Amino acid sequence: MGQIEWAMWANEQALASGLILITGGIVATAGQFTSWWFGTYSIVAGVFICLLEYPRGKRRKGSTMERCGQKYLTKVVKVLGPLSRNYYIRAVLHLGLSVPAGFLLATILGTACLAIASSIYLLAAFHGEQWTPIEPQPKPKERPQVGGTIKQPPSNPPPRPPAEARKKSSEEEAAASAGVSGGPQENPVPVVDEVV
Amino acid sequence: MGNWVVNYWFSVLFLATWLGLNVFLFVHAFLSYEKADKYFYTREILGSALAWARASARCLNFNSMLILLPVCRNLLSFLRGTCSFCRHALRKQLDHNLAFHKLVAYMICLHTAIHIIAHLFNFEHYSRSRWATDGSLASILSTLSQQERDEDSWINPIQSPNMTVEYVTFTSIAGVTGVIITIALVLIVTSAMEFIRRSYFEVFWYTHHIFIIYFIGLGIHGIGGIVRGQTEESLNESHPHRCAEFLEQWDDHDSHCKHPRFEGLPAESWKWILAPGILYIFERILRFYRSKQKVVITKVVMHPSKVLELQMSKHGFIMEVGQYIFVNCPSISYLEWHPFTLTSAPEEDFFSIHIRAVGDWTENLIRAFEQQHSPIPRIEVDGPFGTVSEDVFQYEVAVLVGAGIGVTPFASILKSIWYKFRHADHNLKTQTIYFFWICRETGAFAWFSDLLASLEHEMEELGKVDFLNYRLFLTGWDTNIAGHAALNFDKATDILTGLKQKTSFGRPMWDNEFSTIANAHPKSVVGVFLCGPQTLAKSLSKRCHQYSSLDPRKVQFYFNKEDF
Repeated sequence: MGQIEWAMWANEQALASGLILITGGIVATAGQFTSWWFGTYSIVAGVFICLLEYPRGKRRKGSTMERCGQKYLTKVVKVLGPLSRNYYIRAVLHLGLSVPAGFLLATILGTACLAIASSIYLLAAFHGEQWTPIEPQPKPKERPQVGGTIKQPPSNPPPRPPAEARKKSSEEEAAASAGVSGGPQENPVPVVDEVV
Repeated sequence: MGNWVVNYWFSVLFLATWLGLNVFLFVHAFLSYEKADKYFYTREILGSALAWARASARCLNFNSMLILLPVCRNLLSFLRGTCSFCRHALRKQLDHNLAFHKLVAYMICLHTAIHIIAHLFNFEHYSRSRWATDGSLASILSTLSQQERDEDSWINPIQSPNMTVEYVTFTSIAGVTGVIITIALVLIVTSAMEFIRRSYFEVFWYTHHIFIIYFIGLGIHGIGGIVRGQTEESLNESHPHRCAEFLEQWDDHDSHCKHPRFEGLPAESWKWILAPGILYIFERILRFYRSKQKVVITKVVMHPSKVLELQMSKHGFIMEVGQYIFVNCPSISYLEWHPFTLTSAPEEDFFSIHIRAVGDWTENLIRAFEQQHSPIPRIEVDGPFGTVSEDVFQYEVAVLVGAGIGVTPFASILKSIWYKFRHADHNLKTQTIYFFWICRETGAFAWFSDLLASLEHEMEELGKVDFLNYRLFLTGWDTNIAGHAALNFDKATDILTGLKQKTSFGRPMWDNEFSTIANAHPKSVVGVFLCGPQTLAKSLSKRCHQYSSLDPRKVQFYFNKEDF
């Protein structure tokens, strides 16, 4: 299983845990269960985790499928720098976030799932993985109009003197310092760049 | 539209039946727990949440029973085989097994969510009525066990005000198994997400086996009898409609209302999952047995771009076009089975697969076969499975479109058509084939070009050049390649593939192609077969409608999307 990138699975697991935390939290808060304030915490933590985990990181090999609309969140997560890049930090963060939710039955499932996600992230960190944002592809360069690149007529059109004569003349040119532009050909008619 | 109905009527009927059964079971269970007198006192404490929990439990049992069935490949193959007289549509549906498996899994997730939320409310209500001191029916019921220590007198599992819901959850069988199997379910689902499954198959495959924990946990989940209803005897004696209001008289010896007596609901999950569980165990044993049959590797060919061709034979192996097999190589990994489409024709005396290096397992396999000095690794094969598209042979004119990796089953189909043609097989109605091969670059499919070249050669020998017309479209071209092609325009063979047919660049212009075919065969029925992406399917099916003549005697195009 050498090519497995554990972080990808940890990411899915953490996202699922976030959703479970939100659901459990809503149930506890809306039902006003005993110690329902843990439910409110769970909603907040769940939302934070979902936002953090939504942008998928770039795979090391192969192309990565982006989640729908993740580029906006990628920018935000990128700003966190090493806090989001390093998976050790993420593992500890998730473990920490999961603990308070463990005090309420409604959210305890979220705790368990998040703890599992945290351990998979730890495994990913051991394997030296890290989160790289998926950068938007640069737009392909505009193809220049073919006609627009022709500004000057060819500088050395035939009939050309034989190769030795050409070399000699270019040496003379270099020696005499490049005062003439456009090479050894002297245009009889001055060339003006105009659009016909 | 007509085409769609013909192809999909069975699917729609099947899904409608399944959904209908789900709704029926849910509503039936819901009403029975909401209205039954047996649960009158239970409902006093719990409210409707009891009915929600039990109804979703009923659906969970039903769907857990169903989920194992679509993955019994050998059973399905057997059904398909015995169903050879059945309509083609029915046999095709058996191949949408994985789609159904996923659908059932989603339903299980939905009902798990409903079930857990309902039980959270149930536990909370139990806890509150244990704490309540207002003398309401609910609170009296909750204190019942404190007064008498009989087994059938209590209704509230929270026996003392000090017990928290968390304590009850983790000390009751139902609670512990519930938590464990839900965690198992979450792990199964997250590792089965398409992205993970396609990129890291091993994670998906191994984690998915946690389903064993799920089923065992489900079976013992209800053993504790934590849901309690009034006993039959007690109902006859002190019916709640009569006695509920006289709760202060329950202690009196001469009142006609006694304390209600309760019993726990027996576990019923095992009744649902026992039979499919046994079937699945049988399926795995069968797979194991079949895999132990000796596979003889008759030829190993290394193609360019790291493609390995294995030609094998196995006693009693019968295949048909477009099927696939599962391959295991114990020296690389004991437990992993990977699917490969068969690239040989049924008429050949061996069966072959072409393996590209796309991941861990495939790379290791190719490397193992590359070693010239060590013995050839042993291979185990299970199969063949998959759709049998005999329709391909039924059309006078067949248009075959293979995109990317989708070209692989066509290797089998083309070879088979050629064999049948040579031997003047009566089952073969095909007179002309148009084959469109669309791929980004030919690298990994150079072996397929060789196949086309040899077919081209054989057709020339027989003087039947018009039988197979193929066009290759390279969509990943750049100016270099185009420049080369322009320079070598007047060469007889194509510079990239060496075939007589020139390679085209870019995507096919289907309108042109269809109108050419329609003009060349004005009175035929043309079958269009695609193995490729959905967008292409839409495009082709639209053209089929467009170019089919209104007059049924003239050219008709029928579109078939095959998932080989």
